[in-house]
Amino acid sequence: MSSVDFLFQGIIRAFELIFSLNPYILSITGVSIKVSGTATILGTLTAIPLACAITFLNFRGRQVLITLINTGMGLPSVFVGLFIFLMIVPAGPFGFLKLYYTQEAMILAQYILITPVICGISLAAIKAVPQPVIDTVYTLGGSRKDAVIAMLREARFGLITSVLAGLGRALAEVGAILIVGGNIAYTGSIGGIGEGLSYTRSLTTAITLETSKGEISTSIALGIILISLVLSVNILANFFQRRE
Amino acid sequence: MHSELMRVYDLTKSFGNREVLKKINMSINEGEIFALMGPSGVGKTTLFRILNLLEKPSEGKLFFRGIELTVCTMREKINARRSMSMLFQTPCVLNTTVFNNVAYGLVIRKVDKNAIREKVMNALSIVGLEGKEQQKARTLSGGEAQRMAFARAIVYDPDILLLDEPTSSLDPANVAMIEELIKRIRRELGTTIIIATHNIYQVKRIADRVGILLNGELIEVNSIGRIFEAPEDARTKAFINGEMIY
Ligand SMILES: Nc1ncnc2c1ncn2[C@@H]1O[C@H](COP(=O)(O)OP(=O)(O)O)[C@@H](O)[C@H]1O
Ligand SMILES: [Mg+2]
Repeated sequence: MSSVDFLFQGIIRAFELIFSLNPYILSITGVSIKVSGTATILGTLTAIPLACAITFLNFRGRQVLITLINTGMGLPSVFVGLFIFLMIVPAGPFGFLKLYYTQEAMILAQYILITPVICGISLAAIKAVPQPVIDTVYTLGGSRKDAVIAMLREARFGLITSVLAGLGRALAEVGAILIVGGNIAYTGSIGGIGEGLSYTRSLTTAITLETSKGEISTSIALGIILISLVLSVNILANFFQRRE
Repeated sequence: MHSELMRVYDLTKSFGNREVLKKINMSINEGEIFALMGPSGVGKTTLFRILNLLEKPSEGKLFFRGIELTVCTMREKINARRSMSMLFQTPCVLNTTVFNNVAYGLVIRKVDKNAIREKVMNALSIVGLEGKEQQKARTLSGGEAQRMAFARAIVYDPDILLLDEPTSSLDPANVAMIEELIKRIRRELGTTIIIATHNIYQVKRIADRVGILLNGELIEVNSIGRIFEAPEDARTKAFINGEMIY
């Protein structure tokens, strides 16, 4: 078989897997969306209020927090994975929570990875709102709360972009969830292509495994889905950026 | 015969160790158009921001309808601010429609929806922006944006309107329009208006009284007639005759 044939066959088989709604592929996609989606929602609920607090309140440790966020934005995901792994293994300080090799552990890892990303971009978006907006709200009779709401409304497209950036990073991330989730799937009739159901296997971790097993068509199918998801998120982000 | 609406007593403002305003004393009467005239950089905007409670004076007192705003509660402060409205030198446009911009002051006052619609449409027609209510405010021209900001400032019928050099960046047609608006608002609504300007001709055209601010000091407050015919301070005369170059 020539290398072109090999690729061609792989791609054809991949589309067959996708369009036949193969349960293994579907379950992996579902885990990815569930884990990254949940991490993004939790990350957003933390990051945006945090960005508001940093912008509007003057508290001690504010500068330290900003430094932490900036550092956090570039954290290597395997480092986060290792750190959480050490915390939640049975012998670790939080071992009693039994989070080891669960979807919850994956969500936690991605939450830690993307919260600084969402917060950092939100901060920049809020900071880009011209200062006179606050004065305008005040002069028109608004309270402090009205001023905060107006600032967030002015920054809305930047805030949406920050959330999508977080989601994009979560979906594409592999190192952390591989370590804390364990890349587990329940196998059906063992060994068959595209059989079994994912528990902690995401699109990215599945690709590393299937590729090393030589299941090229499965890998390609997963890759196509992953890229479609990430691309959609980026197109959306782009759309909102251009709205500004 | 005039009732006093606002009084500034020995007001001083410093930024760092630089005194920008020095012991300002003045009182504003209900229903008048008071011009605050002075070269740029003299502290007009700073004084306006203090009058509008956007900034605190370093020393001195500020009274509004007899209430001392420098020591009042947060509630009194917001109430006082809600009877005022300030138009900034460069209008700040909220990133939404013209309608929503103008409606803002009414929305935060929780005015009923139908009343908002009626008041906004009325304010827009006063400033000549009827038909533009659904346009994105960011796409307005400079003169239109200033007029929209004007509509936004008068839509809730404030007792005092603070206009900070409202025409300094406008073309003659828009200047004439804004000046007409100022006179009309006072005539029809009885609004007290304080306008900052460095334009002597504008002062002549619209104001009843004028205060001259030079080097952070209010050197003279007088009626329009007297300040041009018989100024009390030699510096006023020099300023009006254009002998002081700024
Ligand atoms: N927030 C501030 N911090 C420091 N200096 C300021 C600040 N605001 C105004 N100033 C200074 O105060 C002076 C008066 O400014 P301003 O009130 O804007 O004058 P005007 O409106 O008459 O042109 C200027 O020299 C300006 O640089
Ligand atoms: Mg000014």
